[in-house]
Amino acid sequence: MSQEVLLQMTGVTKTFPGVKALDNVSFTLKRGTVHALMGENGAGKSTLMKCLFGMYNMDSGTIVLEDQKIHFKNSKEALDHGVAMVHQELNQALKRSVMDNIWLGRYPKSGLMIDEKKMYRDTKKVFEELGLDIDPRRIMNTMPVSQRQMVEIAKAVSYNSKVIVFDEPTSSLTEEEVEHLFKIIDMLRDRGVGIIYISHKMAEIKRISDEITIMRDGQWIATEPTEKLSMADIIRLMVGRELTNQFPPKTNKPGDVYLEVEHLTGQYNNLQDVSFQARRGEILGLAGLDGSGRTETLESIFGIMTRKEGTVKLDGKVCRNRNSRESIQNGFALLTEERRSTGIYSILNIRDNTVISSLKKHLRGGVCLSDSSMKKDTQWSIDAMHTKTPTQDTKIRSLSGGNQQKVILGRWLLTDPEVLLLDEPTRGIDVGAKYEIYQLILDLANSGKTVVMVSSEMPELLGICDRIVVMSGGRVAGEVNAQNTSQEEIMSLAAKYV
Amino acid sequence: MVSPIQKLRTTSDNYKQMDQKDKRRFWVDGLLNNALYILMIIFIVYTAIANENFLKAGSIANIISLAAASLPFALGVAGCIVLTGTDLSGGRVVGLSAAISAAFLQNFAYQKRLFNFLPELPIWAYIIIAIVSVMAVGAIIGAVNGFFVAKYKLHPFIVTLATQLITYGLILLFFMLNNNNGQPLSQLDKGYTQFVNGTMFKIGDASIPWYVLYAVLMVIGMWFLWNKTTFGKNMFAVGSNAEAANVSGVNVFKTTVLVHTLAGVMYGLTGFIEGARISSITAATGANAECDAIAACVIGGVSFVGGTGKISGIVLGVFILRIIFVALNMLGIDANTQYIIKGLIILVACALDMRKYLVKK
Repeated sequence: MSQEVLLQMTGVTKTFPGVKALDNVSFTLKRGTVHALMGENGAGKSTLMKCLFGMYNMDSGTIVLEDQKIHFKNSKEALDHGVAMVHQELNQALKRSVMDNIWLGRYPKSGLMIDEKKMYRDTKKVFEELGLDIDPRRIMNTMPVSQRQMVEIAKAVSYNSKVIVFDEPTSSLTEEEVEHLFKIIDMLRDRGVGIIYISHKMAEIKRISDEITIMRDGQWIATEPTEKLSMADIIRLMVGRELTNQFPPKTNKPGDVYLEVEHLTGQYNNLQDVSFQARRGEILGLAGLDGSGRTETLESIFGIMTRKEGTVKLDGKVCRNRNSRESIQNGFALLTEERRSTGIYSILNIRDNTVISSLKKHLRGGVCLSDSSMKKDTQWSIDAMHTKTPTQDTKIRSLSGGNQQKVILGRWLLTDPEVLLLDEPTRGIDVGAKYEIYQLILDLANSGKTVVMVSSEMPELLGICDRIVVMSGGRVAGEVNAQNTSQEEIMSLAAKYV
Repeated sequence: MVSPIQKLRTTSDNYKQMDQKDKRRFWVDGLLNNALYILMIIFIVYTAIANENFLKAGSIANIISLAAASLPFALGVAGCIVLTGTDLSGGRVVGLSAAISAAFLQNFAYQKRLFNFLPELPIWAYIIIAIVSVMAVGAIIGAVNGFFVAKYKLHPFIVTLATQLITYGLILLFFMLNNNNGQPLSQLDKGYTQFVNGTMFKIGDASIPWYVLYAVLMVIGMWFLWNKTTFGKNMFAVGSNAEAANVSGVNVFKTTVLVHTLAGVMYGLTGFIEGARISSITAATGANAECDAIAACVIGGVSFVGGTGKISGIVLGVFILRIIFVALNMLGIDANTQYIIKGLIILVACALDMRKYLVKK
């Protein structure tokens, strides 16, 4: 390794009351390399990055960028020094145009006026460099998340950044978009940019990174060239124990046909004549590209999207499922894709978040909610899901993504569902917690429940599902057996109606 | 459940582990988060020294009665704030309800009473009729508010601004009924004023009126609704994240309409009490009552962020605001300056409140 050092963080320590979030962590980024930063949620990756960007004050430690000691006060200052971050959760002005977002805070001016033409030209230029086909005048919220993320990357590039941090950049991208992103990253690397890449996805890391640094419990564990580490090594180092398999052994045995979805067609979306069946104790995967109608299918079944036609049958009986209440009554549960916007009540505590869908169970005398009964159910949920939380009264927003997901899963289990519709159940969750979620899903199937699961992660679908229905352009493109299919077969089906 | 002592212990353990900088932050945070109460205590002590009457029985009874009079209103509007909304129509609903109550309960001997066509019944019958009527009127206006907010996703500010005007129009029309020509409604029946404003008991030689009891009952009832019922849990869920609530099986439409309807009922009851309290009702009765009530809620920690708030906070907020108003009078500050001070208090209170919800970075 002869590349010169671009960014050096040495002995970074950060304590929060009661917790040592970072303990003497060191990190070296070389010019023109992709350096993956890995670790479970809570390992300290984000804290380390927040220290870099000055969102947190380090207790001790130094940061050196190109032989110059730096100490950013905020991310704006970091940007001005060529250190940029592409966030996992995008913070953009959604009602403004693409170029407004890119040049926000440093609009090119001619006199007192903003030079719109220059802005347009410059944006075009950056997009051309990156091979993006986006109209700079387009309004942000008319674009899918994946394109908005590309805009965020373009913004980082437009600052001529020397260091770009990618925080879970692929969590809302389809395979194709991921390929595009990797091309962009390769290009940036060739230009000599140093890239810090935070992700939970092993295959990606293996594919894109040059070096890997692994953290655990706020400590530096290892830094190795990527080719020297196998996936098993990475997992072992991350969780600190041998995790022989990414997926728990498949033990569920599908029974009779239970859920029948027939000719589902959407009123306000592109769903067209979607039909499939799922058995008792079966885990059915829904694969497809972004916009192929997977989420729409689940939400139509659950009744929060309007159906034009189509019936849903459970055990041969028609379920009308006109709204979420009716669906819950009929034994359906829906774990939504966007945890933050449609899943959690961030300022309410764990208990309120857990019991909200099953309040009826806790009514005494038809009016009064029993505190002790709610506490009991919440405790059951915490124990069954292995949720890590100090108390039931903790606000859910202070939990990690994986633990929030467990709370929501617990919420749904308390409604005694027969059919679980899971939309990206492991998005933004670390390896250890993912394994636990898989185990929970399998346990559910084992207990005779039907699981329909949407995921953009192909290995996940292959690893845990029995059958996979592939969607494309709002239609069912085909159905494959998870045991004897390949990613290629699924991809070609997914592209059928595009 | 974590006991307060345990909580204190963990706090002190955490504190010992902090370094100098964090320790300072701990105190600054503590001070700012409780600034309102600290300032309040300083203010009370100062007023008590400046004017010895401030802490005498008469003044305390006065503060209690005034606070009790505005409590029901605040309890109602607080629900709307929990839903991240607001309600500007409340003051006018109070006015309309006060007028309706008075019309039913004017003295029968009075020749020019508004509802002179009503037969003579025992006064308690008309008290019941008046209470039911004001609750119904409040509920209807509230339901209209809630319907437009929930169905068409209009901002409550707009909806309630519109119903405020409409209700004011109804009040003006009401005062024109039966050749009344907009005259104030007075000459109320003694039974009515006694029922509301009569002495329940005395502190020293200052009397506490019956409506304090009614306010207490309403606080208890509202506390039950907020904390012990499905309605309350749903309200907080909708206020915290309406989208998630919809997915979780909460009927967002019904909850929103109910919260506004309940608010309307509370304004109606406030109007019933207000009618007997001021005993001469004009078209201006109740105007701007919503401003004080919303301010009291925010001071009491019912945040416009949505999904947070406690009944105890509302009671505290109402009392704090009342104490300040009474104290300003006792300090001999003129009425014009008082408005400026009130405004500043609301501004500071809201700023301190928001500070708690800002995500610290």
